[in-house]
Amino acid sequence: MDLLLTDYLPIAVFIGVALFIGGALMLAPFLVAYRNPDPEKVSAYECGFNAFDDARMKFDVRFYLVAILFIIFDLEVVFLIPWAVSFAEAGEFGFWAMMIFLGILTIGFIYEWKKGALEWD
Amino acid sequence: MALQAVFFYLFSFLTVASAVMVITARNPVHAVLWLILAFFNAAGLFVLLGAEFLAMILVVVYVGAVAVLFLFVVMMLDVDFAELRAGFIKNAPLGAMVGAILLIELVMVVGMRFAGTAQVVRGPAPAPVAGSTISNTEALGAILYREPFVFYLEIAGLILLVAMMGAIVLTLRHKDGVKRQSISAQNARNPATAIEIAKVPAGGYTVPPKAPEKVRS
Repeated sequence: MDLLLTDYLPIAVFIGVALFIGGALMLAPFLVAYRNPDPEKVSAYECGFNAFDDARMKFDVRFYLVAILFIIFDLEVVFLIPWAVSFAEAGEFGFWAMMIFLGILTIGFIYEWKKGALEWD
Repeated sequence: MALQAVFFYLFSFLTVASAVMVITARNPVHAVLWLILAFFNAAGLFVLLGAEFLAMILVVVYVGAVAVLFLFVVMMLDVDFAELRAGFIKNAPLGAMVGAILLIELVMVVGMRFAGTAQVVRGPAPAPVAGSTISNTEALGAILYREPFVFYLEIAGLILLVAMMGAIVLTLRHKDGVKRQSISAQNARNPATAIEIAKVPAGGYTVPPKAPEKVRS
């Protein structure tokens, strides 16, 4: 257990260094940079003309559909990883269990393909 | 060991603090970003427990996919803050009731543990025992594809199937009159079907008798 954690210690050190450098670079301009704000300088720049409206607007539900279909296959891969690692112990039963699992999701994949959910119009 | 405790308290504090920020942040997009920080710190806690596979899955699935989905939902809802505040009083009793039920359940779980009266059913431990050479992923795989848990795996597959079909049924709308590329129709065209040669009589021209057959998409 301790061996595992010492393996992860370099990652923690790396994250610490990255946070330090990133934070320093974000903080430095507040301390040393010359500042002379002006309404024109601080307003959003949009190709020379004034911004039409807020950038936060409703967008198509289709993005959500693509994201949710992605998540489902993401989870399928998550279940595949421990199966592949313990493939030798799982044996024939484990193999067919996974094939049934993949078959169920393949039904969904065929459904979504036939419905045209992967097409963008 | 001391280092382990330092990291445990760091991750726990950041998880709780960012969870508090999730529910107090005014801007829902900021709330989702705080939620991502909470996920990262929960992954750190999983690593401290020795469950590194779960930690990596938390980062890949929750931070990579679920948080993006939450951002889409937040963007799609187009939250109107004035309307939300007006609804606060109206929905407060319902919210208080749900919160109270959750609190009672949490107290019961913790209380059972301290009272020691509950017969806690323990499954096989998915985390490897200290000192063994089996990794966390192998330990999970060793129980997930065996007799009792394999049924849960198949049920998980069915739930994912229902989620996929539900999302398609609820959100998929095809626009009419959209022209798509049909590669098979394009490849099936040959000079005989695509070109028509009209005989133009000398001294004038005529309109071709019929328009060339259009390739339907």
